[in-house]
Parts: sequence; C-alpha cells; structure tokens
Amino acid sequence: MTDTASTSHAIDRAPGCVTVTVDGRTVDVPEGELMIQAAERAGVYIPRFCYHPRLAPVGMCRMCLVQVQGPPGRLILEPSCFKKVADGMVIMTQNTSPAAKKAQEGVLEFLLLNHPLDCPVCDRGGECPLQDQTMAHGPGETRMVEEKRHWEKPIPLSDLVLLDRERCIQCARCTRFAEEIAGDPLIDFVERGGHTEVNTFPGEPFASYFSGNTVQICPVGALTATPYRFKARPWDLEQVESTCTSCAVGCRIAVQSSTNRLTRYLGLDSDPVNQGWLCDKGRFDFESVNHEARLASPLVRKGDQLVEVGWAEALDAAARGLGDAASIHGAAAVAVIGGARLANEGAYAWAKLAKSVLGTDSVDAQLGDGLPAELVLGLPRATIDDACAASAVVLLGPDLKEELPVLYLRLRSAAVHGDTRLVELTPAPTGLTRYAAATLGHRPGEAAAAARALTGGPADDTGGVAADAVERARGVVGSGDGVVVVIGRSSLAESADGVAEAAAVLAAAWPGAKFLPALRRANVHGALDMGLAPGVLPGRVTLDDGRDWYTAAWGKVPAARGHDTAGILTEAAEGRIQGLVLLGADPLADFPDRELARRGLAGAGFVVTVDTLPTESARTADVVLPAAMFAETAGTTTNLEGRVSRLGQKITPPGVAWPDWMIASELAARLGADLGFSTLTEVWDEIERLAPSHAGITPTVLGAARLRDGVLAPLPDELPVLAEHLGDVTQGFDIPQDTEPAAVLPDSAEESQQVAGAEAEAEAEAAPVGPARPATLTYTAPPAAAKLPPRDAYALRLVVSRTMYDHGTLVQHSPSLAGLAPGLLLRANPYDLDRVGAGKGGQVQVRTTRASLVVETAPDPGMPRGSAWLAFNAGTPGAADLIDATATVIDVRVESTS
Amino acid sequence: MAMTEPRLITTRVGDPEGHTLERYLATGGYTALRTALGMSPDEIHAQVKASGILGRGGAEFPAHIKWRTTMDLPQPHYLVVNADEGEPSTFKDHMLIERDPHQLIEGMAIAAFAVQAHVAFVYLRGEFALGFERLQTALNEAYEHGAVGRNILGSDFSLDIVLHPGAGAYICGEETALLESLEGKRGFPRIKIVPTVVPATIGVYSKPTVLNNVETLSNLPWIIANGGDAFAGLGENISTGTRLFSLSGHVEKPGNYEVEMVKTTYRDLIDGYGGGVLGGRQLKFIIPGGVSSAWFGPQHLDVPLGRQEVGAADGVMPGGGGTMLGSGSVIVADDTTCPVRIAWRIAKFFAHESCGQCTPCREGTGWLEKAVWRIENGDGRPADLDLLLDVSDNIAPGLSWPYPMTTICFLGPSSAVAVVSALSMFRDDFEAHIELGRCPHD
Repeated sequence: MTDTASTSHAIDRAPGCVTVTVDGRTVDVPEGELMIQAAERAGVYIPRFCYHPRLAPVGMCRMCLVQVQGPPGRLILEPSCFKKVADGMVIMTQNTSPAAKKAQEGVLEFLLLNHPLDCPVCDRGGECPLQDQTMAHGPGETRMVEEKRHWEKPIPLSDLVLLDRERCIQCARCTRFAEEIAGDPLIDFVERGGHTEVNTFPGEPFASYFSGNTVQICPVGALTATPYRFKARPWDLEQVESTCTSCAVGCRIAVQSSTNRLTRYLGLDSDPVNQGWLCDKGRFDFESVNHEARLASPLVRKGDQLVEVGWAEALDAAARGLGDAASIHGAAAVAVIGGARLANEGAYAWAKLAKSVLGTDSVDAQLGDGLPAELVLGLPRATIDDACAASAVVLLGPDLKEELPVLYLRLRSAAVHGDTRLVELTPAPTGLTRYAAATLGHRPGEAAAAARALTGGPADDTGGVAADAVERARGVVGSGDGVVVVIGRSSLAESADGVAEAAAVLAAAWPGAKFLPALRRANVHGALDMGLAPGVLPGRVTLDDGRDWYTAAWGKVPAARGHDTAGILTEAAEGRIQGLVLLGADPLADFPDRELARRGLAGAGFVVTVDTLPTESARTADVVLPAAMFAETAGTTTNLEGRVSRLGQKITPPGVAWPDWMIASELAARLGADLGFSTLTEVWDEIERLAPSHAGITPTVLGAARLRDGVLAPLPDELPVLAEHLGDVTQGFDIPQDTEPAAVLPDSAEESQQVAGAEAEAEAEAAPVGPARPATLTYTAPPAAAKLPPRDAYALRLVVSRTMYDHGTLVQHSPSLAGLAPGLLLRANPYDLDRVGAGKGGQVQVRTTRASLVVETAPDPGMPRGSAWLAFNAGTPGAADLIDATATVIDVRVESTS
Repeated sequence: MAMTEPRLITTRVGDPEGHTLERYLATGGYTALRTALGMSPDEIHAQVKASGILGRGGAEFPAHIKWRTTMDLPQPHYLVVNADEGEPSTFKDHMLIERDPHQLIEGMAIAAFAVQAHVAFVYLRGEFALGFERLQTALNEAYEHGAVGRNILGSDFSLDIVLHPGAGAYICGEETALLESLEGKRGFPRIKIVPTVVPATIGVYSKPTVLNNVETLSNLPWIIANGGDAFAGLGENISTGTRLFSLSGHVEKPGNYEVEMVKTTYRDLIDGYGGGVLGGRQLKFIIPGGVSSAWFGPQHLDVPLGRQEVGAADGVMPGGGGTMLGSGSVIVADDTTCPVRIAWRIAKFFAHESCGQCTPCREGTGWLEKAVWRIENGDGRPADLDLLLDVSDNIAPGLSWPYPMTTICFLGPSSAVAVVSALSMFRDDFEAHIELGRCPHD
C-alpha cells in the first residue's frame, strides 16, 4: 500500500523533488537538499551548532545526528547537516528516535564537559544556542567530576575580536567564514584532540575587514567584539530592522539598543544583498551615533563664536542668509552640497527646497568623487544578483574591498565558488585582483583606452595595458552579452570624464550589458533619485524632461542646469555663490581638492551646515543645524542597485536634533513656502506620486513582510508578480507611527494582489490633470574626453583612492575603529621607487606645484610602472593637498628626502 | 596445531641484504611486474579478484572492488599507499618496508598499471627513519633499473612514485585523513558517503584514488607470479592467503609471523609461533586486532584467524558480536596484568591522537582517559562504572561489534571499545580498585 501511495505521489510532485519522511511526515523536498533543511520543511527543528546555511557543511559537532532507516537491525546515525536527502528516505529525528535523542544528549554532555559555564558573565548568555539547548534538553546536573580545560582568557585575535578558548566548542564556523566567505584564512585550528584551539598564525593577527561576522555566528560566547563586550545583556536589548548606510551596498541589519543608546548591529540574511554578512566598518561605526560630540543644538555665528540658540532663531538666521543671497544675487547664487547622508525623504525635501523654493539647480550630493547623475541613472541597471550570476563581470571602478565591502564579498564568492569570471580595468591593484581572470592595469586616466581595447577597438592605444592581458580579457567577456559592468571612480586624482567615457565605450559596444554603479557614499543613489544633482529632478528625470511635470506640482523649477560640487566651490571662490548649504558634507576633508574647498568655503558669503557631528567645514559655518542620525529617524534608503528599503528608528536624537526632511520643511516655511508635508509618510506619498521611477512603491509595498529585502525602483511592470511576493506584515517589523496602521495590510497573497492592483487603479484615477508624467532618463554618451597631457619621465602619475578605515567623520568618531586608519603611504612599483632610493621602502618626498608631502613608501610589484598610489583622507596634509580638481590627471615628483 | 607455514611475502625478510635491488633481482624480483605489463589491466584485475585478497590495513575490504570502482571512472587516477602504520603493537608494514622495499615498489607498479595511475604516493609514517631511507634508496634503484619512471621495463606505461613522510599523527593512518594530510591540509578525516564519496571515487585532489596498505600491495607480485587462484587456495571462506601478525606482550617469542588465514587459530599463534605465554603463566586476555579491537579472553583461543570467524565469535562487547583482525596485531596479557591500567593506557593513546573534529571523540576520549585514570589510582566512585558504559555508548551506540558511531571515523569508538572490553571482562578488577582505593595489582 505504501508503495502505491508513494508512486502516485511521485507523479504529482514537482520536478527535481524527492519524497522523504521525517518523523512520520511525508514531504517533497528539492533533490540534493540537506536532511536538516528537509526536516525544517517538515516543521522539525534539529538542533545544531556547526551547521550554518551560508557555510559549507562539515558535520563536525555531531549535534544534528538523526537516525536513517536502513536494513533491519542496523542502527544508522547520520549528521543531518551534511548528508543529502535521497528519494524514499525515512528520517527519524530526536522526536521519534530514542537513539538519535540519546546521541544528541550525549553530544551536549560532551560539549559541556569542558565548557566553563560562566554564563552569568558571558556576553552570549541569553542568546546562546548552547545555553538554550542545555536548558531545553540537558540534565540539571553534571555526572562528571573531572577538572575542565583551562586556557588564558581571552586572547586578542585582532584589534576588534577577542577569543575565549575555554568557551569555544570547535564548530569551525569562524574559520570557515574567514576562509570561504571573507577570503582571509587567518584563523585556523591549532593542536588536536582536547587541545584543539582556534588561533591565528604566529605574528599575524586576524586583520580582516569582516572579522565581526565571526562574532555574530559564534554559537557560544567564545568570540566577542570590543565595541559590544560587557556593554549589555541580550534581554535588555530592543531591536528594529533597518538598512546599513555606512556605504551604498545597503546591507540589512538589526539595530539594537539599550537605554536609548545603540549597542550593536547584527547582519540580517537578505538573500539579494548581504546574505547575513557585514563589514566591520558598517557593523561598528554605530559608536559615532553615540558619540558625545554629536550636534545637539542649533548654533549661530556671533562674532568669532558659534553660539547655541533655539531652532526659531537658527532657522530665521538661515532663512535670512539664504533668502538674501537669492533675492540680492539671484537664485544661481545659492547652492547645496551634500545629501548622501540623508534618507530618501530628507533628500527629496531638500531637493524640493533647493530647486523649487530657493530655485537653484546647483545642488550636488556627490563631492567630486562620483559620476554624472545622468550616467548613474540612465544606464541599464544590474542588481548584485545579476552580477553574481553573470558569466563575466567587468570591474571599472574603485577597490570594492575598501569602498563597498559586502559587494566585494558577493563578487568574490561568485568568482571563487561560482562560475563568474572577473575582468578588472584598474590603475592600481585592488582586493579583487587576485580573483580576476584578467586585470587590465591601465595608466591613470586612460580607462577609456583600455575599454576600447577590451571591446575590440584598435590595438595601438591600450592605455598602457599589455597585449596578452587584453587578449585574455577578451576571451572572458566574449561578445559582451550578459556582461555586468561595475562602474565607479577608481581614482580621485583624475577627472570623472575618463571613467564616464569608458562606460560609454562599453555601453555602445555591448548593448546587452548591464551596469552596477559603485558609488560608495551612504544613500547617494537615493539622493540622485531624489534630484540632489545638477540637471535632474526627482524620479530619474532630466531637468528639461521633468520641467512641466514638476512646475505643475511644485510651482517652479530652475531655468537652467546648475553646477556640480567642483563648479559650486569654484563659483564660491570667485564670489558668485553667496548662500551655501552643506548638507551633511565636509568638503574640507572630503573633496578631492582641498585648496579649492578652502577657497570655496572662504568665498561663500553665507554658509549653513546641516550635520550630525562637528566637522572642519561646520566650524566655518554661519548657522549649524543639528540633524538626526542613523537609527534616530525612520524613512527609506536606496542602495546601489536602486533597491528601496526601510530604515528603522530605534533611539531618539540627542538634544533637539531634527530629521532632515523636517529641517527642510521648517526652513521652507521661514522662506515663505510650504513644502506640503508634515509627516514622514506624507513625504513618501509625494515621492511615490510624483517621482516616475518610484511609482507604485507604496507604504503597503514597503511594509510587506516578504519585501523586507526592499524593492527595486522602478517596480517590475507586472503587478501580479509583485503581489505574489507580498506576505504577512512582518512580525516585529517597526511600522513608523505616522504610516498606515498594519491592520489594513493584506494577509494573503491573493488579497495583497487585489490591494496592489486597486492602489494602482486608484492612483491612475487620481493622477493630476496636466502635463504627462515624464519618462525616466536614458544615458547618452558625452563627447570624448580631453586628451591627457604627456607625462614627463621624472614624474609618477597619481592614483588616489579610499581605504575602508580613514580619517572620515564616522570612523574617527567610532573609538574602536579610529585607530585602524592606516597612515599615509605611497605605493609604487619597486622599479620606480628604486630610482629615488626607496626600492625597499622608507620615506620619500611627494611634490606637485600645489604642495609637498613626506610619506612612507610601500614597494608593490603589482603597481604599474610610472604610477603611484596614495590613500585618500589619510590625514592632513594628505593626497587632497596635491590634487587640482581642474586637471585631468595629477603628476607628482617623488624624490629622496635626503 | 595446523601450521602450514606458507611464506608469500616474507621470503627475504631474514636476508640482511634483502632490501637491495641486487638481492631482489637475484631472488626473482620484478619478474611479476614484467608479466603484469604483458597483461591487460582487466586481466590483472581478474587475478586480484580471483585471489580474493582483503585489505591488510585493518578494514579488510576486498581490494578488487576498490580497484574496479576507480578503474571505471575517468582519468586521472592515483595510487596511494598507506604506510602510516601507527596502530600500537603493530609492526608488520614496518618490517616489509625496511626489509623488502622492492617487493612493495613492484606491487605498487603492478597496481598502478592495473588502475592506470601514473603517479603514486607512499604516505610513510614519519617515525620510520630507516624505512624512509631504505624505501628512498630502493626507489632510486628502481628508477635506475627502469622499474619505475618513464616507460617502465620498456613498456608504454610510465609511473612516478612520490615518498611522503607523515608528521606524527596516528589519525593520518585513517585513509581520508591521510589524503587530507597528503594534500597539505590538517589531518581531519573526511565524511564518506558509501558508495559515492569514498577515496576510490573522490580521493587525493578529488580524483579517483586506489588506497592500499603496504602488505596488500606486497602480495601482488606473488599473486601475479602464481595466479589469483593459488592465493585463494590458501585460507578459507572469504579470508584467503596469508597474513602477517605482529605478536607482542606476555609471550615467549614476540615478533611478526606470516600465517595462513583461518587455518591458524589464536592458540596456534600464541602457543605455536609465539612459544606460549611468558614464563608459562596463565593467559588473562588478548587484544586480538590492534588496540582498536574488542578484547578476547582465554575462551576465544580456538577462534580461527579469519575475518568472518572472529567477527562472528561470541565476544565480550555487551551489545554482542565478536571482534576484528584489524591491523593484524595480537597483544597477550598474562594474569599479572591490570586490565584497568591497560584500558587507561589505550584510552590515553586515543585521547592524545584524537584529531579534535567530532565532539564525542574530542571530548569523550579525554574524559574516558581521565575517568579510568581516576579509577586506576583509587579515586573511582561506584557509579563510575555504569557511567563509563553510558558515556561509551554515546560514542559507539549499542556497544557492539561492529558498532554504529556518533563520530566521523573509528578513532573515538575505538577508545570506548577498549574501556568497555576491559570493564565487561573484568568488572571485578574495576570494583576492587574502587573498594581498595588503589590498584590491587601494584
């Protein structure tokens, strides 16, 4: 009878599935699935320690042993985390097999034999799988009297991570993460048997940018991170889901706090984005939110001093200064720099304030380190998953390991564990160079020539790339079909034109290619979407295309295209900008050309800073407005894929700091305008209604449980497809108080489809009569960039890029990270350094007509000859003092200091 | 006593110059390889299959099945020799390597040709200094002679043999830990999934790999020279041919003895070959197949030395079953022996050699050692005896032979088997320790 039943069942089941029985329950599971996963499908949880769904199984801890039915009289115990299901398999877990239950209890007893049971002083206590298992299934008392193992505790594995070897249960999660995921195999098992310990190699710390993940996945309290150690007990923590904005990858996180202070971020497993992982900068820079130097009160300049005042006085002063500048000198005399720190709602409010109320188009969220908005918004966009599924990814941009670390992890995994092959176009070696199938090491500023060579152009000018490398790379990319191009700025010491031209070359040669913009700055993609860039309006439309639409909606838009940050600073330096807003921007530290930044800020008649922490630029301002920081305000953010996801509010801002959108709204009121919204949700509603790229992304969609990973803007055309993904309202997912109540959200896919459909209809009816909604922009290539000046034989052409830890505001206000910023270091080929007597390292003098620096050298055979690399924002003086923003490339003289 | 004394693989071990190429050639060496090179791989396989030879490393798996699995898979194939003889009291491969290295090399060449492996590795126990020297010298001679290298003995077949010394870990004698170590990794045993994920399918460098013991391969020249049927004519049932047994402990004449399988009993081995228990004292127990095996008592002396015969014997494990011939070593313990101390010494060995991968072994072997040591030193509690059995049951559920395991490899259960054997046979001894508060044998 069983046979008949299973046969008929086999006909019904989905292709690629097998039928297994778990504790008497029959389930269809995908072929090749692990038993532990199959059991979960059947609703049976098998306890485990070493198993982690994102790591290769090792079957070491033996906690997940189950009984598998074999020949009569033969007991077969198998690790369910390691063995895959087979059709007809009968699995008996601890629930139905006394043998499996006894084996698991035995493993638990073995694990506790040498575990210190110092739970009361262990950070893991309260959220510890070993503790939970023991409380649930373990005996109340030990049967053993033997002395436990003793180790020195704890020992540092790195600056951030400490190891208590007494607590360690040797599950290999941390070591597997380090090797498989991070590619930093710097920790491993040492010794054997009962003496087995995890440790580093002698003299080589676990200096990984991703070390914090090992702490998160440790199933006991063996690994602790210095920023959280002894700071809180898990049961005192409250948490909310959010999206990390330390860079533009948009990793999903749980933000945890205690007594209105942030205590910890944990990575959430968002399949299309971070898959559970975080970089250490993103994980630990919450310390800057808690920093005592946070701006908590508005400040107004009175004489030489910035004096604390109330909001009314500060807003009046700001409105007067900016209003006067616009009315006396014209709208073009007002400009806004910054905005990438802001949530989408804040960015939209400020774009509306600048472009409609103040009437200026000189607005730029990028600080001379980005790409033209038209290019970012107008090229066919790839997702991270697209890139990881592509047969070839062309990397034309920054060192992802330093600037977009979790994107680096994803691409590294695709290259190492998947079938994706990487081709790099880069002026200096990057973290992905060792995984690349081909690296086209071009001369600074000559990415376009390398791109032409890659796409089969004439071979006479390859930008300095060796012919065999070009040949190899061509073999990888083939015809360019299905290629994903990661595009960003590989060097701040050259103009963006070179990269823009290279992108244009690739886009023209490969019509099927998709592009993933690698701009790193927090919510820079959301800021561009919301119109915080010259020449664009919210929703990815150009100023000209969107003029009628937004004039109808806003009343007014700028007449002509404004300036980017370099242009704004130049105008200001020459006295033509009289009112300047620094929207979370610190040009003195963060703009590639420090001299221009200095002249610009000095020349701007009136400067308003909206910021969270005191910066060098803020100290020069006339009015300082304190803004709420990450985790202090709800809203949405947009990652480099164009994925819109929700930010959670967990704590209240310090003092009287306000959310950015509210500051914009109140300032507009002082300027005699009404932005038209008084709650966060009203801001979003307006974005959804007006911005063409964001149509349909309603609060319902953003709040849907199955869309916790966020939604890509624009939404897919087919609403049913989307509705299929709508699920229950997330349990515990914070719904900002000013959004729709959760009760109205649909609780079945069918209903949600109806709701989403109905909303679309309602929206179509409610669309404003008048101008048609403008189309989102498509990129048209600019004319070829200017020819580069010849390099003289005694100079090295400069490459400047960022490192993960630097002298940036967030890192320097995070005590655990501040010390990790490397000093200023010049990397160059030993051949070039040899010529100035520094072939084996040592100090050299680096000189341009602007400035001269004395720096340490790091000979690097991977650097192309004739080029030299410096880290950006590695202190003052630094690379920014050498760079002239008007030059296409920067040549430096490197000389012996003696 | 039915002692037939056939000598298949020990003909040269008494010759002080038996390890040299000159003596090897003078005594018929490398003629079997020449014969084999004139056969097809399938014909060689057929002879091995006809011989019925079981692996001599301890698991006693039919060699021809391993070979066939690899032979049927795509190239490249590898041959790996397990020469990491680390089982305490086992010293047979040690002797074959030092005294007759060319016989092993000839056997390797025959096997490599049969499975079409062009690279073969010898994973040699690191402590075998003289063995390394002798084998390397012999290998150099074999290359010089043309028995190894390009186009061996003028054939189309080429073979390189790489000698790889281990670094002192017992676990690297476990075949999959050996492969990990050979690949330069930590010696952690791999999880096998029979029959799809075993060394014969996914071995060294993830390629099909035939992994044979030194003694197994040393039999090949004889099998090729005399035919598989002649080999199968020796022994009985599935245990064919002869086997080398390392006899040690309380016995008059300890040493290695080549005996015909099944036709010989433990009594023959101990009283006949070994000259009886030392000093004519009473036999207390034997450890019949390496320290990993379940123990036997005087009542088992007439069990024949065959895989099925010892396996089906009415043994001492509480869960039933006999024991194994294992690595081919027999330790004899007379009536002056403290079984608690022997169990402790074995437990200490396994605790020291556990690789640390599986929880039950990493923690369990250490605890067994400490607990038995406590009993041996008079600090035992009455409850400890049942606790020992229950904890052992969590490593080798059922406490039977053969045993299910909660670990990846056999190391952890081996420790439990020794302790459980001692406790099952000599519970009185354990209780006496606890009651007296000291070892009664001191």
